[in-house]
Amino acid sequence: MKDKLFKLLLFVASASVLLLTAGIVYALIGGASQAFGEYGFWEFITNSEWDPRSATEEYGALSFIVGTLFTAFFALLICLLFSLPVALFNGEYFKGTKISSVVGSIVDLLAGIPSIVYGLWGFYMLRPLTIELGINSQGFGIFTASIVLAIMIIPYASSLSSEFLSMVPNNLKEGAYSLGATRIEVIQHVSLPVAGSGIVAAYILALGRALGETMAVTMLIGNTNNIPKGLADTGNTMASIIANQFGEADGIKLSSLIAIGLLLFIITAIINFVAKLIMKHMSRA
Amino acid sequence: MTGRKQTSISYRNSKNKLVYILVCTLSFLSMLPLFFILWEVVSRGYKNFNLQLFTEVAPSSMDAMLAHANNEPIPGGILNGITGSILIVGVAILLTIPLGLLIGIYLSENSQKRFAKLVSYLTDLLQGMPSIVIGIIAYAWVVKPFGGYSALAGSVALTIMMLPMVVRSTEETLKMLPRSYKEAGLALGSSYINVVFKILIPSGFGGIFTGILLSISRVMGETAPLMLTALGATIVNWNVMQPTSAMPLLIWDFYNDPNLVDLIWSTSLLLLIIIFLLNWLAKIVARKWKI
Repeated sequence: MKDKLFKLLLFVASASVLLLTAGIVYALIGGASQAFGEYGFWEFITNSEWDPRSATEEYGALSFIVGTLFTAFFALLICLLFSLPVALFNGEYFKGTKISSVVGSIVDLLAGIPSIVYGLWGFYMLRPLTIELGINSQGFGIFTASIVLAIMIIPYASSLSSEFLSMVPNNLKEGAYSLGATRIEVIQHVSLPVAGSGIVAAYILALGRALGETMAVTMLIGNTNNIPKGLADTGNTMASIIANQFGEADGIKLSSLIAIGLLLFIITAIINFVAKLIMKHMSRA
Repeated sequence: MTGRKQTSISYRNSKNKLVYILVCTLSFLSMLPLFFILWEVVSRGYKNFNLQLFTEVAPSSMDAMLAHANNEPIPGGILNGITGSILIVGVAILLTIPLGLLIGIYLSENSQKRFAKLVSYLTDLLQGMPSIVIGIIAYAWVVKPFGGYSALAGSVALTIMMLPMVVRSTEETLKMLPRSYKEAGLALGSSYINVVFKILIPSGFGGIFTGILLSISRVMGETAPLMLTALGATIVNWNVMQPTSAMPLLIWDFYNDPNLVDLIWSTSLLLLIIIFLLNWLAKIVARKWKI
């Protein structure tokens, strides 16, 4: 009897996850309905106008969608340049050695630093540097935000990809070595192709992180409501516009911000789904 | 390299060496930001890192300005942020642990069921959700119906963030336990509930506890969801239904107020110390109670 009750309790607790997710979707759609009703879904995401003045009030998400994609992909590019070497260092060259665990845990510590501290560091250290480099007179913008964002996602991308690299079977690599291949040739023709889709999944997950990152980006991107035209330009991301304007918003503006939240939720959900699908495929192969 | 074919052994060897050097250099460079950030926080934060930080609430902009004008150090500390973080994270822990453990047990015991796979997938979905979106949810669920910003709303937001981590670590730890543990318990006539709480949970304690510690360290520095839910307060508040400050929220306040800038680094320093201590503790627990 008690056991049955306990099993029921376990089931109910698990069912609460369904309820939670349903509640999330319901709250987001409910909150966003006013904006979508007023402007239409398509109109909302293709309009770059964000004008809170009451006479000409009008809201569209395009500037922020572009800003988000721009910063996230540029950050991913920079991240790739550093996290792939770290992954090779830990998962291939120094696999299982003391030095690899030191490097691994130091890079992992980057994941523990709060977003707001990254923002402070970007503001006080990186911003003067970007001004000095002549990229931007204020030091704010896509460039500064992306660099910090890249550092923030390095640990996520590198730890997962090094895990996939270290899972490459030794006999495959030994086969290549016995044919006289050098180490880089083994990496190029054996390790990377075998671990490839797992590494891709790792970067997709890192991209998901970058898209939703809020505080550091809010502090560095410049917070202007326009479509950014280049790396030196300022802008806003979907997350940063919410963080910036949610507090004083009401009515249609609040609804528009929640609608942006809903879009962000959908995008990250799709990204996670794709990454999981790839990894599942990987483990079956 | 003129005249030599790309396949010549010296070309291949130098390419091999070059990539090796490149990998080592770039890996080394990837570690630098951590030290830059730590240096920045420690070198600027230690000056205001004193007892006052723990005993007094954040000063008003006016007081700080007067102190500046008289060339005195800024009065006040971050007591309201420390107590707020304890309150918000504490309530979140109380909400997360029972629910997370139960779901984790269910998933580890029924991993083949279709329902469990759905729950498992949704847990992943929650884990990938941006923290700002979670802030919106807690705003819609708690702030709006109860008519005001509150610590509880912040706790709900943090719970949504912690839950997937606790579920995953519990599930994975329990799955690693040998089947014989459970079988032996059941064979001795023990009830299922006893097997779970007297055998499975204690055996997997290390992994489960590590997951809980890591999830706490993860939400400790969260700012964005708290901005939409707990809002902040200038006084020490222990009422879950009232707006409450938290350490990351204070950093945000100080950042936006030129008079209070001196306090951001000591607050960040304290926050980093707490987070790294939690991470370190998690590592020790994981090592000590290894299955």
